[in-house]
This record gives sequence, C-alpha cells and structure tokens, in this order.
Amino acid sequence: MRHTISVLVKNEFGVLSRVSGLFSARGFNIESLTVAETLDPEFSRMTIVTAGNEQIIEQILKQLRKLIDVIKVSDLTGKRFVERELALIKVRAEEKTRAEVLRTVDIFRCKVVDVTTKTYTIEVTGTEDKILAIIDLLSPMGIREIIRTGRVAVPRGD
Amino acid sequence: MKQLSGAQIFVDCLKREKVDTIFGFPGGAVLNLYDELFRSDIRHYLVRHEQAAVHMADGYARATGKVGVCLVTSGPGATNTVTGLATAYMDSIPVVVLCGQVPTPLIGNDAFQEADILGITRSCTKHNYLVKSIKDLGRIMREAFHIARTGRPGPVVVDIPKDITAEVTGYQPVLKVDIPGYNPTTEGHSGQIERALDLLVKAERPLLYVGGGIIISNAYRELKRFAERFRLPVTMTLMGLGGFPGDHPLSLGMLGMHGTCRANMAISNADLVIAIGARFDDRVTGRIDKFAPHAKIVHIDIDPTSISKNVVVDIPVVGDARKVLQQILQILKKAKYAKVKTPKRTEWVNKIEAWKREMTLAYSMDGELKPQYVVEKIYEVTRGEALITTEVGQNQMWAVQYYHFKRPRMLFTSGGLGTMGYGLPAALGVQVARPDKLVIDIAGDGSIQMNSQELATAVQYDLPVKVAILNNGYLGMVRQWQELFYDKRYAAVDSSAQPDFVKLAEAYGAVGLRATKAEEVVPVLKEAIATPKPVIIDFRVSREEGVYPMVPAGAALTEMILV
Ligand SMILES: Cc1ncc(C[n+]2csc(CCOP(=O)(O)OP(=O)(O)O)c2C)c(N)n1
Ligand SMILES: [Mg+2]
Repeated sequence: MRHTISVLVKNEFGVLSRVSGLFSARGFNIESLTVAETLDPEFSRMTIVTAGNEQIIEQILKQLRKLIDVIKVSDLTGKRFVERELALIKVRAEEKTRAEVLRTVDIFRCKVVDVTTKTYTIEVTGTEDKILAIIDLLSPMGIREIIRTGRVAVPRGD
Repeated sequence: MKQLSGAQIFVDCLKREKVDTIFGFPGGAVLNLYDELFRSDIRHYLVRHEQAAVHMADGYARATGKVGVCLVTSGPGATNTVTGLATAYMDSIPVVVLCGQVPTPLIGNDAFQEADILGITRSCTKHNYLVKSIKDLGRIMREAFHIARTGRPGPVVVDIPKDITAEVTGYQPVLKVDIPGYNPTTEGHSGQIERALDLLVKAERPLLYVGGGIIISNAYRELKRFAERFRLPVTMTLMGLGGFPGDHPLSLGMLGMHGTCRANMAISNADLVIAIGARFDDRVTGRIDKFAPHAKIVHIDIDPTSISKNVVVDIPVVGDARKVLQQILQILKKAKYAKVKTPKRTEWVNKIEAWKREMTLAYSMDGELKPQYVVEKIYEVTRGEALITTEVGQNQMWAVQYYHFKRPRMLFTSGGLGTMGYGLPAALGVQVARPDKLVIDIAGDGSIQMNSQELATAVQYDLPVKVAILNNGYLGMVRQWQELFYDKRYAAVDSSAQPDFVKLAEAYGAVGLRATKAEEVVPVLKEAIATPKPVIIDFRVSREEGVYPMVPAGAALTEMILV
C-alpha cells in the first residue's frame, strides 16, 4: 500500500543523500520525494511517497528515525491530511484543439502559464487524482512534456 | 578565551573523551594532528595498513567496552578503513575513525589524495561528519564519541580538512551534547515486560536466544540470574558467545548454520523464545518460515529496526539488554511472580539432554592432524582462560565449536561481515587493552595473509600474541561449499602456494613454530605460550576436513548435515 511520510530533518548538507541512500541500500522504493526549508531555517521538511506492505513500511519508519539527522517522522497515511502536487504540462495546441484545451483548463481551474503558436504550458495543482485526470483528458490533443513535483502534505487541523 | 589551533582542539577533545590509545597511520593531511599528538601523552600504535588500524581499535573496544580510536590520512588512508568500518558497523562496535581531508578550498576539485569519504562511508557507519568550520570541531568530536558509544554502538567517522587543523580560534570546550534527532530508548516498557513474563510463567519449553547485545551492555550477571531463576536453557549467537557461561549446564552453545544440534533442535521445538540483543540473522535462523515455528517470540533489543525486521515477533521490548534484564529481575519480586517456584522442566531438559547425547560434536582421528583437535588442545592448555580472536572460514567455526567461553569479552570475531584478516589486528588491539592476558588468534592460512603485515606492528610494540594457523592449504570454507553443493569442483580455493609461515614469522622478528602430528600439538602450544614474543604456529592439518553440523543456506534449522 501507498504511504505518505512526512520527515523533519536537520537542514544540513548531506541529509538528502542519507535519506535517499537509506532507501536504495535497503531496496525500499521511493515514488516521490520533495524537500525544502521549513519556517525555521535550521530544519527542512521532506515528504516521501513510498509503497510496501505493513512490515516494510514499519521498517522504513524505524530506519528513518534511526538516522541521526532526522528529527521527526510521521506516517500521514490513515490520518487526515491535505496533499498537493504541482504539474507543468506542455500540450500541443493547434487550430482545432486550442479551444478544447482552454475549456479543460477552465474546468480544472488550472492556469496557462506559457503560450506559443503551437503549445500551451499549463500549471495544475491538486491531488494526484486531479493531475492524472487532466493528463488523461489532454492526452488526445498531444502532450509534449510533463514535469511533476511529487507530493507535499500537511496534517489537517492545528 | 584561549586561542588554540585545530590540532590542539583535536587533542584536547581526545583527552576529554579519556582517549589514551590511538591506532593509526600518517600522511600529508594529518601532519598537524600527528605533530600535536606527538607532544601529548596519548599512546599511538603505528600500523602497517589502515584496515588493520580499525580492526585493532575494534578489538580494543570489544575488550574494554571503551571507544576504539583511529587516525588516518585523507584519500587512500581513509578508503583503506572501509572494511574495518563495515566490520565494526555490522557487529555494533564503538569505533571513531578520524581522517584527514584535503584543505577546505580544494574539496570537490579532485585534489591530490582527495576522496569523498563522507559519501563512501555513509552506509557503513552509524554516522559521519565533515568538519566544515573550526567552530564546529569541538562539538563534532564530542558528538562523534557520544554517538559511537551510546544506544546501539557503532563506528563514526570524522573527516577533518587540513586547513582546519592549522587554523587558530578562540576555543571553549563543548561539555554537553545536544542532538535533537538522537535519543536512544534504554528503559524497556514495563507493561510489555510483564506481558512477556506472563508468557514465560506458562511456557513449557522456553528458550533464551541471546546475542552480542548481552556483551555490549554488560548484562552477563543479570542474564545468568534470570536464566537460573526460571531454569531457562540458553543458546547464543556467534556474537553472544561468552555472554552466558559456555560451561554452564543450561548452556546449549551456539545456534544456527554451524550451531550445536541441541540448540537448533531446541529452538525448533520451543514454545517460547526470548531473544535478547540478537537480530535474527539469516545464519542464525536458516529458513525463516521454519524458524521457531511453535514459539511465541519476545524480542528485547535496543535497536527498534532490529525488531520484526526478519521475523515478526509477538512481544517487542525496546531497551538496553542489561537495563531490561534489571527491570525483569525487579518485576519478578512482585507477589504474583515471587510465588512461582523455579520449575523443574524435567521433560524439556530431558529432551535437550537426549539431543545432546544423540548428536554430539565429533570428528575422527585418522592419522592426520585434525583442526578440531588443535582447537581442543588450545582450550585445554589455556584452561579456557585465553582471549581468542579468529579469522573467518572453517577456522572461525572450529574455534567456537571447540573452545568454550566462560565469560564475556573473551571471543573476538567478525560475526556480521565475516571479514578475513580481522583476527591478527584484532588480537593486537585486544593485547594492547589486556597486556596481562594470553591472546591467541585462531587463523586460517588464507585469512592470515590478508593482514599478516601486522606482525611488524606486533614486534615493534612487543605485543606477544600467538597466531595458531589451522593450515589446510585451502580457502577451506569455500571449498566445503564446493564439496557439498558444487560436486567438488574446487574453483579458486587452492591456497597451498603460500609462504613458509615459520620463516615469515622469523622475517618479521617474531617466532615461528610448526606442528604436523597430533603428539606435537601440546608441546608446541606450551612452547609458544612460554615465549614472550609474537609467535606464529603453523599447524599442518588435514586438508579436506569439514565443519559439521551444517544447516545448508536456506534450509530449516532441523535439516542439519551431521557429518
Ligand atoms: C575479505 C573476505 N574475502 C572473502 C571471503 C569469503 N570467504 C569466507 S571463508 C573463506 C576461506 C577462508 O580461508 P582460510 O582463511 O584458509 O580459512 P579456512 O576456511 O581454510 O579455515 C573465504 C574466501 C571473506 N569472508 N572475507
Ligand atoms: Mg585454509
């Protein structure tokens, strides 16, 4: 099963490779990993999406906690949390499809962030489902490139 | 504030950590550090290869329980330590390796003797540091020692650029450690402990399965009291040998691939297994789904990642082995446990006795000198009081099958990594730590050649270790697998082209002896022990002897090959 894990780490050189090295050394898979500084510049927040059975997830959580530079690990899966991902999608926009692309952008409440005579570049934010859905709809028109950020997540409430 | 150079801060930190012994090898990047050490009263042992420096520090740490310390130069000096680090990491040994690095402005430029040692050692250390500013040096040194020795111990690397060793700064010693992400749990959860004890009171065929954690945490006394209180048979892993007296009636010896039959049968028939400071290694469990199939499992360990990693357990207890055993002994004073008499366990004890009688360790004396006989005689002649290191291979297994360890810190062996070449340098480290003791490396002809250069170190510092080579002219353990599983196709295992070990010893200024017949073994051993110098004894043993019993890799523990 898929898990979204939020990891608070020291904002120090080498921490990212300690975390990613742990995953590769132990054969755990990473679906996505994002990292950036927190409000307190001494720390960074990583959001890791991974998959595995219960025993593997338990190992991942414990192994992460064992790293000296890791301050806190929480598995958000099964809890109430908000998750978002951003994607930039470059889609072919020819005479006959331009309107259709714009309509889709509208329905999904995304933004066109770059326009050329042949393409639109669209920015989408949302859950993974939403991103997959728009990719699905834009595909027939010809997607040239997709760049996705991977998930970030935060627990709901205070 | 006092103005000190990086090198002076470095030595001050070592003194504050009460380091009085260092094993090392110099080079350009550590000249300033060596210059400062030279002026201090810290003893330094010059090795002949940096790998050996780490094994020596490791042997020293295992013998004393203190942190073993190494100093090496950048680049090749540092990369040579990797096998030593991995060895210490697998066996949870507190070692701090201090290495020089190229000057800060050159880092990343492929400078002369630069290596990304942080990257290289990340996965074989408990933690590692690159000192990027002299302001951090004191704190990092303090943290490195703290991390190495606490929790589940392990090796830590501190990489120190040369310019930082020369720089001068105002220095305030760092007294307190504050590492927000590091806070090992030492005390066990008392509710969990009681649940475990409730299982124990009802168990009919309980068994203690203990590992290196018992030795590292100094839990020997508490373990013995606990085992005797409930008449619990005890089996030990390779790393746990000596953690419970090997000559105790409740001792079943080692379990696993080359363990005793009674230990393997006992764990396969037990209804309760209490694992303490052990990690369910594949060499111990054999086929995992057939491991302790009838047992509820309690697992006491300081490292949460060890729990339910290979075998899902029923009652996990995270904590220091000794602390938790003390808690157990305390809880046992409660009325509901105090009234439980020490059980007789007649049926279980008889069963174990029967396995012991039916399937004893045995070998035949057919004219050739047998390696098992040599180890037996080493045990007899030393009355089980020698400190034994081993190399890796058949020699290691015979050493632990035929030598019985009465107390902790008597056996020094590379358990997790299985590092050939460990035994001699480890013996030197042990001898440095215990100058009054007889230290013997039980070696193989292949392994000894991986670090035999350290005979020079032994001679230089008058470390009178004895090396007993069980010389079969083969990489014997590999040959045994080829014999059993590859139709005797002996690929790349003939090690009979080898130095004359007697002459090799002499070339280094040590003493060389040889025995080729059974009747020569005891006199030669006595002569070696009476010689106040390093001695190599070349025991010419029968070439194709095997280590038995043996559980083939991936088979259940009950599927032992007996001869
Ligand atoms: C550094 C290293 N390389 C390879 C091995 C694989 N290996 C395990 S046992 C063994 C044979 C050891 O030969 P020897 O020291 O003569 O011991 P014997 O088994 O003959 O007693 C080998 C090659 C190892 N354990 N360590
Ligand atoms: Mg050999």
